[in-house]
Amino acid sequence: MNWGSVSAFLAMGGYGGFVWGSYAVAVLCIVLEIALLTARHRRLRRSIN
Amino acid sequence: MTTHINWFKYASPATFYPLAGRLVPWFFIAAVLFAVPGIYVGFFVAPTDFQQGEAYRIIFIHVGSAWMSMFLYVVMAFWAGIGLAFNTRLSSMMASAVAPTGALMTFIALWSGALWGKPMWGAWWVWDARLTSELILLFLYLGFMSLQAAIDDPRRADKAGAVIALVGVVNVPIIYFSVQWWNTLHQGASVSLTRSPSMAATMLVGMLLMALAVWMYSIAATLLRVRCIILERERHSEWIGQLKELKK
Repeated sequence: MNWGSVSAFLAMGGYGGFVWGSYAVAVLCIVLEIALLTARHRRLRRSIN
Repeated sequence: MTTHINWFKYASPATFYPLAGRLVPWFFIAAVLFAVPGIYVGFFVAPTDFQQGEAYRIIFIHVGSAWMSMFLYVVMAFWAGIGLAFNTRLSSMMASAVAPTGALMTFIALWSGALWGKPMWGAWWVWDARLTSELILLFLYLGFMSLQAAIDDPRRADKAGAVIALVGVVNVPIIYFSVQWWNTLHQGASVSLTRSPSMAATMLVGMLLMALAVWMYSIAATLLRVRCIILERERHSEWIGQLKELKK
């Protein structure tokens, strides 16, 4: 285990903004891509029926 | 006993559409099953780097997305080339389905690279060989997508896109070998096939798990998108009207 406390984990040795900024944007992109694709598919299914 | 496998069965959109639908959830599940231990190993098992401190933990998203950005380009060019050579419509649809996810992976690699470069090099961006060739990769994906979007006839769009995709493939080895061919700020490959990895074993395990997660995710997203493209392009064909999933 690397971290003594939650705040130490979030701080990432002073690099928190850089580390979490990378992961947050990656997760955001992935969530957005899935949401857009499922919405596009749902719309298509509805328009074909 | 010989069993005959019909390899072309799934080359038709009508048979591939339901198959892709069945596969999508499994690839999403596989992505989560690799990502959870990957994040765990990356943040809780892998030690602090003696030079970079905790900032190096960006590696677990950076390397996987960067590998996938190059790999997906080759996959896109492969399907586009098959579509161009044999006029198989599903191949071209696959190429179009790969492109946005490839562009997304390229963006994530560039973004996480910028956030890693700032604390380590003191700059968000430098015009060196690795970074510039990866940026060109993003422009190739975007060029492929906008060219296809600009042409109304899908068959002509496929052909025009395939030319960009195939020409642009030369950029992939340039990205990969850029750190050897030019002096660059970017570090060399930490993992190669010919020598043992230059990093702690737990770091490597975390990185490989995350790379597999990104890989599985990319397959799921591509299959999800190809299903949309199939419906868009084949909506007036007879088999779509007979699809069970649309009758519910």
